[in-house]
Amino acid sequence: MASILAVDDSASMRQMVTFTLKGAGYDVTEAKDGMEALQIAKSNSYNLVITDINMPNMDGITLTKELRALPAYKFTPILTLTTESSADKKMAGKQAGATGWIVKPFNPDQLLATVKKVLG
Amino acid sequence: MSIDMEQFHQTFFEESFEGLDIMENELLNLDVGNADNESINTIFRSAHSIKGGSGTFGFTAIAEFTHVAETLLDEMRDGTRQVTQEAVDILLKSVDVMRDMLGVYKDGGDMDEENNNAVQKELEDLLGVEGASASDEGSNDSANETTAGGWQISFRPHIEMLRTGNDPVRMMHALGELGKIEVVVNISELPSFADLNPEDSFLSWEITLTGDISKDDIVEVFDWVEDECDLDIQPIVNESENVAEAPQAAASDTLATEKAEKDPAAKKATAKKGGSETASIRVGIDKVDEIINLVGELVITQAMLGQVGGEISEDEKHDESRMEKLLEGLAQLERNTREIQESVMRIRMLPISFVFSRVPRLVHDLSSKLNKKVNLVTLGEGTELDKTVMEKIGDPMVHLVRNALDHGIETPEQRLEAGKDETGTLTLNAYHKGGNIVIELSDDGAGINKERVLNKARSNGLVGENEELSDDAINDLIFHPGLSTAEALSDVSGRGVGMDVVRKNIKSLGGSVRVDSTEGKGAVFTIQLPLTLAILDGQLVKVGNETFVVPLVSIIESIQVKSDNLNGIAGKADLYKLRDEYIPIIRADHIFNMHGGDSTLDNRLMVVVEGDGHKAGIIVDDLLAQQQVVIKSLETNYQRVDGISGATILGDGTVALILDISGMIDMYKEKGTPEPTTPVTPPQGNDSDIADEAA
Repeated sequence: MASILAVDDSASMRQMVTFTLKGAGYDVTEAKDGMEALQIAKSNSYNLVITDINMPNMDGITLTKELRALPAYKFTPILTLTTESSADKKMAGKQAGATGWIVKPFNPDQLLATVKKVLG
Repeated sequence: MSIDMEQFHQTFFEESFEGLDIMENELLNLDVGNADNESINTIFRSAHSIKGGSGTFGFTAIAEFTHVAETLLDEMRDGTRQVTQEAVDILLKSVDVMRDMLGVYKDGGDMDEENNNAVQKELEDLLGVEGASASDEGSNDSANETTAGGWQISFRPHIEMLRTGNDPVRMMHALGELGKIEVVVNISELPSFADLNPEDSFLSWEITLTGDISKDDIVEVFDWVEDECDLDIQPIVNESENVAEAPQAAASDTLATEKAEKDPAAKKATAKKGGSETASIRVGIDKVDEIINLVGELVITQAMLGQVGGEISEDEKHDESRMEKLLEGLAQLERNTREIQESVMRIRMLPISFVFSRVPRLVHDLSSKLNKKVNLVTLGEGTELDKTVMEKIGDPMVHLVRNALDHGIETPEQRLEAGKDETGTLTLNAYHKGGNIVIELSDDGAGINKERVLNKARSNGLVGENEELSDDAINDLIFHPGLSTAEALSDVSGRGVGMDVVRKNIKSLGGSVRVDSTEGKGAVFTIQLPLTLAILDGQLVKVGNETFVVPLVSIIESIQVKSDNLNGIAGKADLYKLRDEYIPIIRADHIFNMHGGDSTLDNRLMVVVEGDGHKAGIIVDDLLAQQQVVIKSLETNYQRVDGISGATILGDGTVALILDISGMIDMYKEKGTPEPTTPVTPPQGNDSDIADEAA
């Protein structure tokens, strides 16, 4: 089954994302910020990375750039979690190499639909 | 798939309240005019998370309100808005509103709409917008077009599209789900094999999609790549329908790049802090309490075994090697039990900063309300104490801080007149001392005006006209109910209720509070609290046939009474000359109305104790072991008994009452040592009908 790395500094969002994805049969690893995610990503491999943008230590944009610089993550889909008010953030994510975004607030169904879109 | 979102609410509330605390703290520490970028970022992130979470979990009122505050913070973060005191104050008010709203969502109740709207209005006024709404994008798309025939799509990815992880194959699949799809691939751009970079994209596609499909559905498939490809979507039936489309796409293209360029500067400072946080897990308090109770039982079992072991070793001397092993095992059990207990207790321990962190805001608000200048110093924030004690000490602390600012620290004018710095200092300090935590709250204000306190007490009849009191005793009067010397009653400290409640609350935690004051120089309030409410180190004593537990922390020494040092006062009470001071003698058997016992005092054992700053000697018949006892509430299992703070179960299964030293001294003061009337015997029972107290 596809493995997903979910990155968010908010515990409740992490819980929700993880619970939803695990419920759909995905293998989910959590990280609480970009720094932690990068460490985890380096020693494992994932089919998809879902990351929040605003996080302490390392934000989602920087994480995306760092991941794209790793050979193993050159083409791995990376989705950013973003709020509708920050259109510039969507594009900043894309500029950094993100595949796409999920607009907050989202519900579990929307999350699954989007994940399905990149994982097939 | 339906998922019960409520299961995440608890976590959301916890982290959001934490986030608000962080926001408040950072806002209070913000250096207005020269704000630290990372602080603003931290505040922004907290607001952002709360907004995201509340939107996701359906708490729309918070999401909408927070959106406005977030917009303001975003501008500060971008540097397009100055950090002014006004903005900080409004943001602090917003934090309060968000906290209220969260509270309402969590515990029910009504929103204070009027106040919420007023604060939101202030935010919006500051932002210079009217009725900001949470959605400001995405709705301006052209009307949803649908054609019966289908669409002709020309999709030409830019060379670098694959590098964002977007795979054209997935898009084809997605389109295929919308209707019947025919794809023609254009390989004309494909370079020779030698020049081919496999990471680049050279192909383009002409796609014919037939069926009753809305254009929005197609656009959505290409949503993420609209700036990484040339996309042309034309209805098959009527080719002229879609002329306006291309310019719009181009416009959004340039807009996007422009924004993306200015962004990196905005979030540069995000990555510096970190590393210092300790990893933590959230565990429900009930689970921890259950473990604590179990460990408590373990302690009791261990005590029982220890006792049995001790008895056997006396009886059967013959099998010494086996006996030794048993004793060794028991000793090990004792050590292990104690270690487990200590580490489990530690789970409940939190740094006092949880309480101290409420103070800066309080000082900020109060000092501006009272027009006083106050500098707050906190020390020993890392000192740990039990969560329950922490929760209960919050309110008394707040009251003492209010009191210090209202009555203690003077106005800048008064201070200058008295030759002091116009800014007063309030110091909070916490440290461990023995099995206690000591919290000191000191100010360099006016101190307690003893004359006024004494006059007030005399006029209230608390102190007789000609009665003289020591300085300490006068200072202690401020804890008496109904004594307030504030010149003008204010809404800060309120009327004369308060200090007595402070003392009562602290006492109910098994602690004490006292005040030292120097007129003109300031006052120090010292609170002493047990580290935990669940266990205590006790000295077992025998009075008559009953075993009592005296908290070890309150014992100063134990001595044998010498008749030379006895002093009777007119048959009312006995005093004992202990070195150079006289202490009252309390006869436990009288206080608790126990019959029998020796009435002479000569050569009896006396435990000298201290409670609330008063010393006393308690006459006992025997001193037994010192041991750690697990406190069981008497109130929940039996009823409140004056002079008794709780009960415990001893190794042999009997119940022993734990003496409340301060309470006993109070009882002694009230009634002297009367003759026994009706006897009170401790409740008889065993483990099973003593429900455990969740400390």
